[in-house]
Amino acid sequence: MTRLAAQPGERIDRARALSFTFDGRPVPALAGDTIASALYAAGRRTFSRSFKYHRPRGLMCCAGQCPNCLVAVDGAPGVRACTEPARAGARVEHMNAWPGLEHDAMSAIDRVGGAFTPPGFYYRTFIRPRRLWPAYEFVLRHAAGLGRLPRVQAERDWRTEYRRRHADVLVVGGGVAGLSAAIAAAEHGADVVLADEGPEPGGRLLHEGGHERARALAERARAAGVEILCSAPALGHFDGLVAVWQGDTLHQIRARHHVYATGAIEQPLVFAGNDLPGVMLSGGALRLAALYGVRPGERAVVATTSERGVEAALALSALGVEVLAVADLRPAAGASFSGWTVAQARGRAAVTGAVLEPLPGTPGHGAMRLELECDLVVVSGGESPATALISQAGGRTAYDPARGHFALALASLPAGISVAGQVAGYGGAEEAAASGELAGLEAAGAAGAGGARPARPAGPAPLPAVAEAIPPVTAGRGRAFVCLCEDVTAKDIHRSVQEGYDSIELCKRFTTVMMGPCQGRMCQLASVRTMASETGQELEQVGTTTARPPWSTVPLGALAGRPIEPAKRSSIHGRHRELGATVRWAGDWRRAYDYGDPEGEALAVHRAAGLIDVSTLGKLLVRGPEAGEFLDRLYPNRLSNLKPGRIRYGVLTSDAGRIMDDGTIGRLDEESFYVTTTSSGAGAVEQWFSWWLADWELDVHLSDLTQALSAVNLAGPRSRDILSRLTDADCSAGAFAYLDSRQARVAGVSCLLMRIGFVGELGYEIHFPAAYGEDVWDAILAAGAPDGIRPFGLEPQRILRLEKQHIIVGQDTDSESTPLAAGMPWAVKLDKEEDFIGKWALARATEHPAETALVGFALADGYVPTEGAVVLDERGTAAGQVTSARRSRALDRVIGMAWVPAALAGAGTNITIADDGRRLEARVVTEPFHDPAGELLRS
Amino acid sequence: MSFVLTCPHCGVREVTDFAFGGEVSTRPRVEPSFRELCEYNYFRRNVAGLQREWWYHRSGCRTWFQAERDTRTNAVLRVGLPGEL
Repeated sequence: MTRLAAQPGERIDRARALSFTFDGRPVPALAGDTIASALYAAGRRTFSRSFKYHRPRGLMCCAGQCPNCLVAVDGAPGVRACTEPARAGARVEHMNAWPGLEHDAMSAIDRVGGAFTPPGFYYRTFIRPRRLWPAYEFVLRHAAGLGRLPRVQAERDWRTEYRRRHADVLVVGGGVAGLSAAIAAAEHGADVVLADEGPEPGGRLLHEGGHERARALAERARAAGVEILCSAPALGHFDGLVAVWQGDTLHQIRARHHVYATGAIEQPLVFAGNDLPGVMLSGGALRLAALYGVRPGERAVVATTSERGVEAALALSALGVEVLAVADLRPAAGASFSGWTVAQARGRAAVTGAVLEPLPGTPGHGAMRLELECDLVVVSGGESPATALISQAGGRTAYDPARGHFALALASLPAGISVAGQVAGYGGAEEAAASGELAGLEAAGAAGAGGARPARPAGPAPLPAVAEAIPPVTAGRGRAFVCLCEDVTAKDIHRSVQEGYDSIELCKRFTTVMMGPCQGRMCQLASVRTMASETGQELEQVGTTTARPPWSTVPLGALAGRPIEPAKRSSIHGRHRELGATVRWAGDWRRAYDYGDPEGEALAVHRAAGLIDVSTLGKLLVRGPEAGEFLDRLYPNRLSNLKPGRIRYGVLTSDAGRIMDDGTIGRLDEESFYVTTTSSGAGAVEQWFSWWLADWELDVHLSDLTQALSAVNLAGPRSRDILSRLTDADCSAGAFAYLDSRQARVAGVSCLLMRIGFVGELGYEIHFPAAYGEDVWDAILAAGAPDGIRPFGLEPQRILRLEKQHIIVGQDTDSESTPLAAGMPWAVKLDKEEDFIGKWALARATEHPAETALVGFALADGYVPTEGAVVLDERGTAAGQVTSARRSRALDRVIGMAWVPAALAGAGTNITIADDGRRLEARVVTEPFHDPAGELLRS
Repeated sequence: MSFVLTCPHCGVREVTDFAFGGEVSTRPRVEPSFRELCEYNYFRRNVAGLQREWWYHRSGCRTWFQAERDTRTNAVLRVGLPGEL
């Protein structure tokens, strides 16, 4: 199909062709086209299938407002083809139709199912028998819906950034009013951001002959320093913060003053067949022609409630579209079909004709009718001010009968908000510009920019009313849609009222009207109007529904944004990669999970030696004259009496006696303690320590060394020999005993050595400046090579610690666990005279024995129970759960830990584990599976 | 919820820079009764109005400070280090 002759101000570049695919077929396009304009130019009329009835739908608004052109682009569903730029090579696909857009099997619902599928039918029809619900749900989910997400998305395939922007003034809406406001504010010295949902600012000027003015205004705004965000819809006004989504950035804009120049949304009319492809809003038809040089149709019928439709008819006529008739709903408009409306659009796949009739209550109604053959029905059902964001900010609306819409009550505007242009009732371009300038000056003054505080000039008078109320026409000629997104017809609203859902909010919940992607843009006014006529109320009485964010559809990924915490990697991470490690997330960290053979790596630690990177441990240096007292107050055991050079295990509890974290505390000298925490708890412990320090104001200084130091754990029977080759320090059992710490040079690097054994073999934790990470790692692996040392990852470490029944906080414990019930009563010293966090609660806990206990268990069977599998009591009811389970090659059986009822917690008790239909018999083991007496650890 | 807070060290920042530490309460000085202990551990006043509360500048200087905030409007009246307010 050919395009119109070059249009002044058109957005396309006719010299630059490109091509994308739609459902696999190539579509020619021009640079500057949207996907929709290129498809329309290529002859496509059906763009989507509707939500429920699978009716064909075509372009309607061409402004990203209605739901009719939703497609999937490169696998991402829910993209509006009418605003999405056509990119070379883009893969565009239809949604919600099978096998294809032209022949959708589900459209049978439209032909035969109407009587059986009123609103709420699925709540009623498919509730019995209950066991069939999964089958019903499967069918319903496939029948309804707006596209499908890819099942798998490559990690970090697409992600968004948050951007925070503080400004003096935020202008939402880049039409003539918004641009004028931004210019006025910026030229008075304010720092201004303007967000517009279109690809270029200008609003209606762009397709209504004012493109030169629009571009001049944008130029002037930029010159004045306005930051203009294009293709950037505002999503909501949250306590003064406005979220603006722009591609892969979510701007969080906080301004001292807001100017809303969000314009008005052209409304459709409700008549039979009003959703057929070929029924188009006047703005949509003009945008297609003016911006993209695409002729919207050959023969058109126009129906309008205001001058806007009449002007559109003239413009279309000038473009060579044959305008057969203009039905003007205003009885005294003077046109030949004044007081007439379109009663029906005819056609199956697209409009082939229109039926015009006089309105009910006018002479000739019921007697006269005119049927015209056409391929385009242009409708203009008035304009509804886009007040949603202003309502979120606290503004109120009231029905204005003279204009036929809910208008902003200007007196209700909260402080810090100005409005301009059509949303405020200033209709023409000049009035809108003047109101914008006024709002801009007001904003600059309120924001205190440049000291300018201009006196408020008298504003322009709002335009006189131009639109008449639109009576919904619901004659029995087919479906007349109130809500296109959710396929709600005028008849459905009638039914809703009959069923007793006779307030607009109830009707919304029952029929789902206004809940679709358009967020009420196309249907709120029509719904309220239909409701009013059904219930005999005034529109003001019916009222509107609450305007909730997001105002524009937005991918969840844009809201989720990018994590604020960056991924953390230890300084040895590169080596793990070179060694072929499987890298996985562990909290914020990227960690070596294993090096391909977790069970073999664990065995190497038992038989020779292993080396693991434990740089992720939280590391706090607690210094000062009162450091010992500080730790005594925080931990349930005593630390002030720890001798320099010695280490003690400690479990941190809350004042409710619940386990928060655990780790080791080493005393370096009289006034210095080196505290390690779990990897995932490092931040929380630092926060916890500094909170109490802020409260207690002890003479203590905290330093977080987590990132500054790297750490490795060298473990296994050969580890002493290996370490001895790298240091001058005496590593003999007598000189460097279990739970001793030493400062020493290892491979030339100054290190803190700690003899502790999370993995249950003779072992050394070596902490040193992170810059030497790879040097120390390499040196130890090289020194241990003759002994068969192997690097081991997180997974083998978990096997090893389970063999020792060493708990992992958060894995084996939860927010209810106390150290007493978790098998660590020895870590609580209630005889400590001084107060400590959790003392009172733990003292009470000793008086009331816990109902459950954390124990180890062993399984004869080779099956490894799922973590979270249920432990059954004697009666066969769920009474506990498995927290960890692994296969141990060293022990040649499956071992684990579980919370069990106190009655089943004794060593040797048999317990039953229910796991996904299996019943497993296990035996409780309360002492470590490996080296129960700790001889190896202390060797 | 969205507002800005003034860190006593760093100045005005988005609230998402901070961790909330709850309303300021007093830890019992001597061993409490069971009821007092439970109230201290589990009960909050949860006022609709002016509240003194703890904030931690998590993504900044990592300082704990206190703020007086109107929980109805999120207007922050005063901030200060403990003892300053």
